[in-house]
Parts: sequence; C-alpha cells; structure tokens
Amino acid sequence: MKVTTKDVEYIAQLSRLTIPEGEMEKFTEQFNQILNYADILNKLDTTGIEPTANVLPLSNVLREDVAIEGVSQEVALANAPEAFEGGFKVPRVIE
Amino acid sequence: MELYKCTAHELHEKLLKKEISSVELTNSVCERIEAVEKDVNAYVTVECEQARAQAAKVDKMIADGEKPAPLAGIPGAIKDNISITGMRTTCSSRMLETFNPIYDAHVIKKLRGEETIFIGKTHLDEFAMGASTETSFFGPSRNPWNLDLVPGGSSGGSAAAIAAGEAIWSLGSDTGGSIRQPASFTGCVGMKPTYGRVSRYGCVAFASSLDQIGPITRDVKDAAIVLNTIAGVDANDSTSLPVEVPDFTKALRQDVKGMKIGLPKEYYGAGLDPKVDAVLRKAVADYEAMGAEIVEVSLPHTEYAVITYYIIAPAEASANLARFDGVRYGYRNLKAGSAPEMMTASRTEGFGAEVKKRIMLGTYVLSSGYYDAYYKKAMQVRTLIRRDFEEAFTKCDLLLAPTSPVVAYPLDGKMDPLAVYLLDVCTIPVNLAGLPGISVPAGFADGLPVGMQLIGRHLDEETILRAAYTFEQAHDYHKVMAPLGGK
Repeated sequence: MKVTTKDVEYIAQLSRLTIPEGEMEKFTEQFNQILNYADILNKLDTTGIEPTANVLPLSNVLREDVAIEGVSQEVALANAPEAFEGGFKVPRVIE
Repeated sequence: MELYKCTAHELHEKLLKKEISSVELTNSVCERIEAVEKDVNAYVTVECEQARAQAAKVDKMIADGEKPAPLAGIPGAIKDNISITGMRTTCSSRMLETFNPIYDAHVIKKLRGEETIFIGKTHLDEFAMGASTETSFFGPSRNPWNLDLVPGGSSGGSAAAIAAGEAIWSLGSDTGGSIRQPASFTGCVGMKPTYGRVSRYGCVAFASSLDQIGPITRDVKDAAIVLNTIAGVDANDSTSLPVEVPDFTKALRQDVKGMKIGLPKEYYGAGLDPKVDAVLRKAVADYEAMGAEIVEVSLPHTEYAVITYYIIAPAEASANLARFDGVRYGYRNLKAGSAPEMMTASRTEGFGAEVKKRIMLGTYVLSSGYYDAYYKKAMQVRTLIRRDFEEAFTKCDLLLAPTSPVVAYPLDGKMDPLAVYLLDVCTIPVNLAGLPGISVPAGFADGLPVGMQLIGRHLDEETILRAAYTFEQAHDYHKVMAPLGGK
C-alpha cells in the first residue's frame, strides 16, 4: 500500500475535492493500483538524464509589446454563475 | 450514393460543378442525424438550423461566381472540447454543461475563413480523459459497427459521427491516442499532427505538453485537406511552431518505392490480439510488394511509456483543471457558506469520478516529497522514450505499428481501469515524443475495423500521409460503411 485512505483524504483536500465516504476504499485501491504499477520505473537508472517537460525546441516566445483590445466586462461576465455590479460574486472569503 | 456518405473532396467537386447545393448536402446530413443519432449518440449538441443558414450563404457565394474553398459548405463535427462561439462547449462534463465560449478556437477561426459548416459538437470522455467515451456526462457514444461496443475515445463522438454518416469530416484532439484509437475502432482515418503543428488555442487544456488537435475523416485525402486548413503558427499559442506549412495534399502520391518502413518489435509483443497482428502482417506484406523496404527496429523503453504518461498527463491536468473553481464560469454549488467550501463542493459535484482520480493523481505526484520520485522521474523517462524514436529514425523513414492492440470492446464498463490504460501502449509514446501519427483502416477482425498506425519524424506528416494514401488507394477498407448493427 502506497497510500492509505487518510493520505487520499489529504490529497483530496489539496485538490479541493471531496471523496464520499462510501467510495473511499475503492478509490484508494485504484489509486494504489496505479502507484504500484509505477514501481517499474525504478528498474531504470535515470541518473544524469535531462528531464523532458516539453518536446519543442522553443523558448521565450516573445511578441512586440503592442496593446490589443481585450475582452469587455460584459463578455467576461457572461458565464459567471453569479455576478454583482460588474464583478464575479463569491460567498464570503474571510470569516 | 447518398450525399452524407461521401468524402469532403468528392462533395467539393460536386459543389464546384454545381451538381449539388450545400443546402441539399446539409439536409442529407441532418436527415441522417435524425435517423441514427438515437442509436449512436455521437453529439452533445446538434445545430442544424445554424448549419442550413451557413449552407444557404455558401450556395449564394457559389451562385455569385465565387470559388469555394475545399471545405466550404461541407458539414463537419467538432469535438466538444474545442470552442465555437454560438454553441456551448461542455467537454462532456457537468462542470461545463451551460458554458458558452466567448471566443473561437484558432482552428475554428481558420475553418470559418473557409466558410465551412459546423453541424454540431461531439461527445468525448469527460475532459478527454479516457479511451471509450463512456465517461461522458451526456454519453456514452456507441460504435456504428456494433452498437454494443465502445467507439473508442476520447474523440469517440467525432469518430462515431464519421462512421455513421452524421458528418462529412470532423476534429478531435489527441493527448495519448484520442484521435487515432477511436479512428481505428470505427474504421476512420485519424491523424495526430506533430506537437506544435496546430494551435491549441481554444481547445480546453487537458495535458498541455501532449494535447494536439487533428482530423478524423473518411479517407486520407480529407485528413490532408483538413490539416491544410488548421495547421500553422498562432500568436495565441506560444507552443505552435513558426514553420512553413506545406500543402499536405501534394504529399498524396501513390508510391512507396524505396521507402524504409520500421516495425518496432515491442509493439508486436504480448497483449497484441493475434487477429489484429494478422491484419498488420498482411499490410506489411502489401507494402513490401509495393516496393517499400521493411526493417525491424527497437523502441526499448516502450514498456515504461504508459506509466510515464499516467504521471505526466495527470500532473498537467491537475494544474489545468484548477481553473474550474465555480467563480468565473462552470458549475457552482449555490448552497456553500464560504468561498473555499463553494469551490470544493462545485468541483466535487461538477467533475466525474475519472476526472477526480486524475486530478488527485496529478496532485499527488507533484506534491512535496513525491515530485522527484514520480514527476521528475517520469520526465526523465520521457527523454529516454524520445531518444528511442530518434535512434529508430536513423534506420527508417517511418514506423508501422498497431493503433490499438485490440478491436472495439463491449460497452459495459467491466474492463479493469489499469488494463484499459495499458491498451494505449501503441499511441502514448507518440505523444510523449511529440511526433505525428496517423491511423488508417487496414482490414477487419471478426467484422470489426482494425487500424494501422504510421508514425513519422518530427514535422514529417508528409511521409506518413503518402504511405497511408498509397496503402488506402490499393484497398477498399475505407469504403465499407458501418452497418449500425448489434443492440
């Protein structure tokens, strides 16, 4: 077992998710199945191998610093679940 | 022949010669959707009224003497993770059930420039995370070859739409095989271009270093035509490559003489269905008879590719999907008392089980204490996988492999989740290395289509298109229509 239900609860919290109690065991089992399978990577010695984050030969793609028209307030708010006086409305953040 | 069964290039000729109108064509496709969609369920959203209006516009342009572009007036289906203004983009998720994009994806902008027709948005595994289209919140889609089977995924809706005659051409996206594998399962042509060949702007991000948009079509020529339109650098995607885009249709010559085709031996190992193997061996013999040279090559790190992918892709997904917080767009739980509670409740209710699993897996492999053991290690193995391909391409011009080691499987959710992940072993390495790959119908096993995958060098779509075209034109596999049986 790589992770316990307690670990999974903590990872869920970091991910801003909740796993319902009834599904916790199955979820932890599936999680462990993948992590156990990842053990095969330990067969490989990767000392000194450069990691690949991206396959492209590009870096620092820049453009001229010219102003272009952005999105209007109205359009930006078009999909807001709740909007208030031109802003996104959320429940209280600070107690 | 009914118009909905034709290829885009055939229909373009008919439009040029004024043998048909775009309205007639659009009506034919819409009637077909009406007739079979209840069985196939390819679409999240169908917009026949919009489509007919656009068709009438194209007909008027043609009547006024304008020469239509190759895809003008020809109805296409778009995977529902690619944004089109005027239609919702759901990613087949409850999270985005009512989301209306505020801008067009770059590929959509380019296609609009050709006056094409978007007939609707197709199902995917939720947020493109899957290989069967079963995890769609509005799904699943069914395989037109046998409605009891999965169409593959995650671009299963686009592939099913093409196979069932519900669109003429389509777009999918491919992160670990999501264009090629459903194309293989449904007897279509599916192409993942080189990473960076097509702008990802407006395609809802799953794993940004792997995602690539590409066509699913009825034949190789249509794939080249769609790629011609969507390829090219875009200022809104810094990972799109500032390189010249060739006319891909010019690569379609029926000639493979002297071409060196490599068979990666690891792709023909355990787990490959013997009937799929037999189809591919026959294809290899055909290529040899047509003058190609066959060489065996090795990609020794293949067995590590799937787990490398299942570390890297969830890691990127956990970051990409952090934006779904119920604040600016998407599903919101309206009962929660505080902002953090609202975010947690919205994400918990808005995402399905597979998406949650991957977000959490990604969060775990990036978390303090595990980053080096999992994420960094996987990025290093990714380098080894890239080098495997570089080494293989010193011995051959392209690789020939299965697209999937199996044919379409039953839609009953009984497959073990890890076993399903492992079925992507032939497609995942191509994404990790950023190479172009195409799946072409190569024959049948027990009446179900088998796809052959051709993999090319970085930015060398032309060689695989030419090899695919040569094979296709020597056979009739791509002309067999799906029977819509089963159930």
